[in-house]
Amino acid sequence: MTEPEIYDLLNQIFREVLEDDTIVLTPATTAEDVEGWDSMNHIFIVVELEKRFGVKFQAAEMEELKNVGELAALVGRKLASKG
Amino acid sequence: MHRTELHWLPRRPAWSESLARLSPGAAAEIWAALVALADSRIGTLETMRLDRRRARLFAAAPADLATKPVRLAVLASSTVDHLLPAIRVAGLRRAIWIETYTPGYGQYARDLIDPASALHRFQPGAVLFALDSHHLMQGLEPGPGAAEWLAQRLAALAGQWATVRRSFGCQVIQQVPLPVFTPLLGGNEHRLPWSRAAALRRFGTMLRDRADEAGVDLIALDDRAASDGLAAWHDPALWHHAKQEIHPAAAPLYGDLVGRLLAAALGRTFKCLVLDLDNTLWGGVIGDDGIAGIKLGQGSAAGEAFAAFQRHARDLGRRGIILAVCSKNDEANALEPFAQHPDMVLRRDDIACFVANWSDKATNLRHIARRLNIGLDSLVFVDDNPAERAIVRQELPMVAVPELPDDPALYAACLADAGYFDARDITGEDLSRTAQYQTNLRREALAECETDLDSYLRGLRMRAVWSRFDRKDRTRIVQLINKTNQFNLTTRRLTDDEVAALTDDPKMLTLQIRLLDQFGDNGIVAIVAGAPDTDAIRLDLWLMSCRVLGRGLEAETLNLVAAAATRLGARRLVGRYVPTAKNGLVREHYERLGFAFLGEHDGITEWTLPLDEWTDRPGFIASVEAAQSRPEAVRPHMQPA
Repeated sequence: MTEPEIYDLLNQIFREVLEDDTIVLTPATTAEDVEGWDSMNHIFIVVELEKRFGVKFQAAEMEELKNVGELAALVGRKLASKG
Repeated sequence: MHRTELHWLPRRPAWSESLARLSPGAAAEIWAALVALADSRIGTLETMRLDRRRARLFAAAPADLATKPVRLAVLASSTVDHLLPAIRVAGLRRAIWIETYTPGYGQYARDLIDPASALHRFQPGAVLFALDSHHLMQGLEPGPGAAEWLAQRLAALAGQWATVRRSFGCQVIQQVPLPVFTPLLGGNEHRLPWSRAAALRRFGTMLRDRADEAGVDLIALDDRAASDGLAAWHDPALWHHAKQEIHPAAAPLYGDLVGRLLAAALGRTFKCLVLDLDNTLWGGVIGDDGIAGIKLGQGSAAGEAFAAFQRHARDLGRRGIILAVCSKNDEANALEPFAQHPDMVLRRDDIACFVANWSDKATNLRHIARRLNIGLDSLVFVDDNPAERAIVRQELPMVAVPELPDDPALYAACLADAGYFDARDITGEDLSRTAQYQTNLRREALAECETDLDSYLRGLRMRAVWSRFDRKDRTRIVQLINKTNQFNLTTRRLTDDEVAALTDDPKMLTLQIRLLDQFGDNGIVAIVAGAPDTDAIRLDLWLMSCRVLGRGLEAETLNLVAAAATRLGARRLVGRYVPTAKNGLVREHYERLGFAFLGEHDGITEWTLPLDEWTDRPGFIASVEAAQSRPEAVRPHMQPA
């Protein structure tokens, strides 16, 4: 999966979970930039990510993410190690 | 399908579009549309979106709902925010408005006893103790005091239940904790009482007893974890990250478990199971396939599965659920298996209302509800045909119509997972329980008075139902012939075609025997086949299921063989024993039955029995011919003096 494809799917998941079709994520986007991205929705996003990308996040990984760029990179690494 | 999916609910095409289209308008119509969207196979995301949309469309419960709104307080010691939308949507699914309130993190114990707290101001009409396992076992220390500690922990919890009752006088629901702790001893964990895994399990048991005394309803998450797998319910990573004990993916099912109990407390329960017949209670179409062609009971996996589903339905009947039949069939055809098929578990008497005709099913369901004098909303309609299900859902949205899986082996689990008949107590079950107790008492009495084998066998009241090989049971016959190894005199294997040839040849001696006793039907357990050979019948096949060893069925089988051979004009029987690695059990079979030794060749022994002066061997089994079970077909019941 290429980086643009990852961003496409991330956008789709964020839009569905937060019910906002105007969301456009960039590497610099943080929770403060997106309305509704609170701690509860964060979990729903994580669970949806795990389901659609077929990856599993560790507790520490969920905490350490600072912005969408790190999230996309983490997903990319997990997909790559899945082979 | 993931394990916590609401798999009994139908998928609605264009669910998201339907939700998006909802806009303020006639309240009753919008509410009905929301209910239909909730009554769909939806996951966590859809559940949240639906809940948000409901909140936007309705600031408060719509007026004139049939069921009064519920104010539910959820008491928790960890994150439950993700469960609340699912609980509210489970209410919506049942057209019940649920308002939820949850005290702040770790506040519930304090708020319970503070009359000025927000919890008290909320005035709940139901209280759910959604306490996580870590919280419940907090303070448990290694050492000998574990049992005492658990007792105190439970007493403290029961005290809180009592506080709720005293303060609010309302329904109390307790979540049985999920078994999230890692064992230290493995399978023998219970031998380490202070381990949190062992203690929590023990706590679950104690909780059940105490909840019964206190009239508290339980949500058995431990049972769900056992059937769905703990991983479907709990993710340690989410626990550590967000203190969510219940996985968000399991939220819709969790909510539904709560919704069922709240609905049951409001008297909203399903009372009647309405069953289709063809491909629901048996495999195949009775009108086309006939009694010998339908799949039911022994002989095929599908037949066994249908019989198992019938047993589930029968047991629901015994616990107080009304059973009805709604089938597109000629009534005479529909009734035939109930009267004739030996493997039918359900009897005509079990069915309170039997409707088989060619009218549409919605009309027939209305008729059934009227006849039974119950509401349409207390019917659960089970039909394998997706088209019939869709029509009934459309015509009668208040009738519950589970999305039946393709495999009949999963029908019963589908009904159970849907929780239609989940109940809070056992009212209505008492009658059948009495009957069960009586059966148990009879069994115990039997065991007690059995001081010798003869009186035990007499007490079993055994009946052998026999016939020549027939088409209806051929599959089972072939199966027995090809898998019986121990009680098998010749171990001759036959193909389906060879058995068919035997069946159709009137010169051949063929015999299949079904054994019934007072505890039930053992199915077809013995097979004999023989061919004419000069003045004798040569027994090429004699086998029996080892389940019924020691009942004297061998001697009764010989009585039937002798009678059949005499009818074929034979004057003696010839039997052979062909030794194999597994059939040493029957080496002396013919000797024991009084046959005379004829000779031996390559280990194969040959035996004969004259029939000229035959008298039946005594025993405790009465034989009846199956094909025409007329009273005169009963052979005299032979017993020793």
